[in-house]
Amino acid sequence: MLDIAVSYNRYKFIGFEFLTWLWFVMENHPEVLEEADRDLVFLDIGNRLVLEKTRSKANESITIKGDQAGFEEGVLALKKGAVVTELNLIYKSGSHEWRFTVKGESLNLSGLKTPQTAPVEKAEDVEGAVLEKIFLYEKVFDLIGHLYSAFIRLRVSNRWAGEVLPRMKSWINSRPVSH
Amino acid sequence: MTLLSSSVSVTRYRVDGTPEAPALEAIREGLIKNTFKDFDADHSEDMTGWTSFENPFLPDFQDSSFMIGTYLVFSLRLDKKSIPPKVIKKHIAVEMARRLEIKPRSFLTGDEKQAIRDHVIQTLARRIPAVPSIYDVIWNLEESRLWFFTNLKAPNEALVTLFIKSFDLSLIRLFPYTAADLDSGLSGSERDILLKLSPTKFAE
Repeated sequence: MLDIAVSYNRYKFIGFEFLTWLWFVMENHPEVLEEADRDLVFLDIGNRLVLEKTRSKANESITIKGDQAGFEEGVLALKKGAVVTELNLIYKSGSHEWRFTVKGESLNLSGLKTPQTAPVEKAEDVEGAVLEKIFLYEKVFDLIGHLYSAFIRLRVSNRWAGEVLPRMKSWINSRPVSH
Repeated sequence: MTLLSSSVSVTRYRVDGTPEAPALEAIREGLIKNTFKDFDADHSEDMTGWTSFENPFLPDFQDSSFMIGTYLVFSLRLDKKSIPPKVIKKHIAVEMARRLEIKPRSFLTGDEKQAIRDHVIQTLARRIPAVPSIYDVIWNLEESRLWFFTNLKAPNEALVTLFIKSFDLSLIRLFPYTAADLDSGLSGSERDILLKLSPTKFAE
């Protein structure tokens, strides 16, 4: 296996492409999301989206934030060659809702809010609370893991250049600059 | 108990290898050997060690369990003494003036200045209490997966170093390349293609 520091920097573009693809999938291919979670109600962009034009010498980035934010500028940035580097997501499965941010370069999750759990009032409550939290974290990691695996299998196949990329380009170019 | 907080940040790892059998005893031993030790009266500026999830300021891995269900749950404690630079500067100036008073010459050499600086920092470090930071760890032994509840660089580096020292096992951080290579079920030929990937151009 490659040196960790080298592979982190050399292949962080894969994480950016994953988040860009995820935006495309959320808008166009709900069946991919359903395959990742049979109980999925929805997965959508939350209150933060960061894009970067990583191919240009001067790293240009655009951050869109706010609960009622529109993504017109994000679409414009995609049209100009930017990729998604950070994505806040709202995930609903069954009757539960999660919110979290995925960073493309590391696949780290931050600001992860799980559905409400029972309060810990006594020392005896801790074990149950931890197991409940683990179960709820596991749901998010499973979702992201399944989606990332689906993406990477496409990315290393001929289907990426032959099918997926033309569709993504067409989505970027045809998409109106409003959410 | 960061893992029970309403909002958390998580860094994911793959544990490379398995502990020596009996695994739980080997892990307990590693935790005990590298349990966090208080260093307030010490001249060190920082200290790292394992601590109990439920009782982070009085860790006891000998008599209490660190297993919850099938998971190993414990914490990394990283304490740091932060001496404000202006305080260091003031004490260095005072000490230098004092040394010059008793010296026959009117200057200090570079080595003398460095020795004063080291002495001042060590003396202040003994007097300043450390600020504790505690980050939770969940280790799924069966699946060789580990979650660390922070994305901060310094604690993650401390975790990787302490983990190998304690359990003789490496942690592989899961980021785009390693998650694809180790965690996505790719075949050998697909992994070869992965190595050769270059960025996609989405815009015309």
